[in-house]
Amino acid sequence: MTAKIAYDDVEVGTELPAQSFPVNRATLVQYAGASGDFNPIHWNEKFAKEVGLPDVIAHGMFTMAEAIRVVTDWTGDPGALVDYGVRFTKPVVVPNDDRGAVIEVTGKVGAKLDDNTVRVDLTVTSAGLKVLGMSRAVVRLA
Amino acid sequence: MALDQSFVGRTYPPTDPYEVGREKIREFAEAVGDAHPAYTDPDAAKALGHPDVIAPPTFVFSITFKAAGQVVQDPQLGLDYSRVVHGDQKFAYRRPVRAGDRLTVTSTIEAVKSMAGNDILDIRGEVHDEAGEHVVTAWTKLVARAAEPAEAVAQADGKA
Repeated sequence: MTAKIAYDDVEVGTELPAQSFPVNRATLVQYAGASGDFNPIHWNEKFAKEVGLPDVIAHGMFTMAEAIRVVTDWTGDPGALVDYGVRFTKPVVVPNDDRGAVIEVTGKVGAKLDDNTVRVDLTVTSAGLKVLGMSRAVVRLA
Repeated sequence: MALDQSFVGRTYPPTDPYEVGREKIREFAEAVGDAHPAYTDPDAAKALGHPDVIAPPTFVFSITFKAAGQVVQDPQLGLDYSRVVHGDQKFAYRRPVRAGDRLTVTSTIEAVKSMAGNDILDIRGEVHDEAGEHVVTAWTKLVARAAEPAEAVAQADGKA
């Protein structure tokens, strides 16, 4: 484990570099193939609307995968991750246009724990709405 | 329809091993747009102390969710999968998943609840490697949404 951030150098409230992750229909098709999740709500607009969604939505697990990059890019070693959990509160709606959607992620240290670990609290939004709740990671620092 | 509480604590047999390949990890990392070299370059992974390329943190969900299928599709449980949405997801890692791993998943039903007509199912998936060592645990909360009011009325009429 070789995190590049030292435990002693962070405190509660330390902010991680924020990141934005674009997502369009092609992204979702690619993620469906790589993950094996072919639920049509993630690629078929007609089906999504029939089940009451406003449009095609991103896989929740895609959003979860993007959000943790703020933490793994910060520590430098994805293997330093100890715990990671989220609640899927709102869908990321992905329109069929040139822009698609954007997932915005910010994070800050919420607590310093034992064994050089810290809890990072993530805020994840799209189109101004919070799409993940209780989004927290515990990571081991150097 | 409320789910059968007697399923709480039920553990399903371990899955057949899933062999983690370098190219599958690369495909997943590309799909989430993550260019971290530890996912694709064995030397970069070794420089971080890993024996081979490692998988992004959520990669293992594809394996644990497939294993959870034997719970979700258990006809005795009676979950209406067409109404299921993913509520919560959590992982606790002993170490990162890496290329060459042969992983088995043991799924356990941790909780069965009914709230406001929704059926809520908590499934824990324990992931072990070929040596029997724990690698990661995944907790998945699935929510089967209540039937639409019109359907509920239709069902009530049918029973009357």
